[in-house]
Amino acid sequence: MNVFDIIGPVMIGPSSSHTAGAARLGRIARALLGQRPVRADILLHGSFAKTYRGHGTDKAIVAGVLGMAPDDARIRESLTLAEMTGLAVQIRPGEIDGAHPNTAHIELWGEGGAHISMQGASVGGGNILVTQVNDLPVELDGAHAALVVVHLDAPGTIAAVTEEMSRAGVNICNFRLARAEKGGTAVMTIEVDGMLDEVVAARVRALANIRAVTLLAPV
Amino acid sequence: MTQLHFDSLAALAAEAEAQGRPISAVVLTAQACTTERSEQALYAQMQENLLVMRESVRQGLAPGVKSASGLSGGDAHRMAQSLEGGAKLCGPALSAALTKALAVSEWNAAMGRIVAAPTAGSCGILPAAVLSAEETLGLSEHACVMALFCAAGVGMVIAHNACLAGAQGGCQAECGSAAAMASAALVELCGGTPAMTLSAVALTLKSMLGLVCDPVAGLVEIPCIKRNATATAIAYACAEMALAGVESAIPADEVIVAMKRVGDSMPAALKETAEGGLAATPTAQALFRQVFGEGTQAAGCAACRACR
Repeated sequence: MNVFDIIGPVMIGPSSSHTAGAARLGRIARALLGQRPVRADILLHGSFAKTYRGHGTDKAIVAGVLGMAPDDARIRESLTLAEMTGLAVQIRPGEIDGAHPNTAHIELWGEGGAHISMQGASVGGGNILVTQVNDLPVELDGAHAALVVVHLDAPGTIAAVTEEMSRAGVNICNFRLARAEKGGTAVMTIEVDGMLDEVVAARVRALANIRAVTLLAPV
Repeated sequence: MTQLHFDSLAALAAEAEAQGRPISAVVLTAQACTTERSEQALYAQMQENLLVMRESVRQGLAPGVKSASGLSGGDAHRMAQSLEGGAKLCGPALSAALTKALAVSEWNAAMGRIVAAPTAGSCGILPAAVLSAEETLGLSEHACVMALFCAAGVGMVIAHNACLAGAQGGCQAECGSAAAMASAALVELCGGTPAMTLSAVALTLKSMLGLVCDPVAGLVEIPCIKRNATATAIAYACAEMALAGVESAIPADEVIVAMKRVGDSMPAALKETAEGGLAATPTAQALFRQVFGEGTQAAGCAACRACR
């Protein structure tokens, strides 16, 4: 904790959880997509579903998907900006079994044909937790630089990836692995202290059994 | 310098006394050390926060401010216009502070850019206190930036020993903490001693003890916006008493622990769930339906029974 956790962040109101955190969730989804989004389907659950109009949760998520930070004054006009920039947005309130009360499920399609789905929650004070990427469980708080590595569940893959991190002198502060089935698709989420650069991501991408690597800067 | 852990206001004040420096300066030096950033860099970031606060006051005072729900907006402008002919009861400093607190809180509700201090729901209190003191006492910007470090130090100790979120400790933890931080800033701006600063914190928190968090329709508007103004008034009153040498019989650190215990024993219905307090009144239920549509039912409906 430091002085700027107490006096800060600078943000667009009215709510750190329902507005600032929501914008960060949208921003992470955009980063995971890695290209300009052309379609966004957003499902809101719990308190998000009940109060999104009053809190501007919908505008904040869409602003994040457009790449805006939580203190961007254009958040208020994000739905209009989406329309102007060719992003088709669908927002619906719904139910997600067992999810945190402030949860959003975001599905994005990019101009280059990319597609991702992501689920995450705004857990208070603008803090977030991304819990699913492409239906696989992950754990990302968006406060750290991270690598999301989709790979084939094969022996030696984790060692090879962490070896690359070690070679770059990067300290891992959180590691999580999930797989759909033995020998199937698996996903590593690796959060690190300090910054990560594209060189490390490229080296990991070149390893055997790796399907996709996304480098995420803190949002 | 002894290592500061921000777990005790008494230790913070003792360190300031020992160094012969204000609490703000001690906080800044200690933070530069723990965050491994220069004092200049931290100062510049806090100065930026002050600029955002200043701008949020200006925007919130403009005519036509309205929240997305339509439940709030326009009171800061109304207040400012009424005060043009002079306040009817309060002096210029307090009436300006009330107006600024409404302005920043209404601007927050209208999706404006604000500084969470410590939260978005309580964002009007600290800027109102500091910026109206600047205006009426003719203080320098430097003094105001430093006062924010003093307030932040107080906030860190409260966060360490209690909490700052309405969902966790009720409004006493959110607007109460903001008011305690604001009163500390005011005492330092008026040249009070570290001991006076702690008295102001204790007196302020004591006055806010037990206040529940009961937002109508779950939105940060009713009663939050006006509570920002009244909490600012409490901060002013307690800073004035502390500067006169009035002490709190219960020390600030013990008041903080008492605040935590009161928060822990508050039922969930009174901690930002919109199930109790004002949120469960018939008018609040009607406002809920007005905002979210007929046929919807507020969380507090079960408690209200007005329509049965």
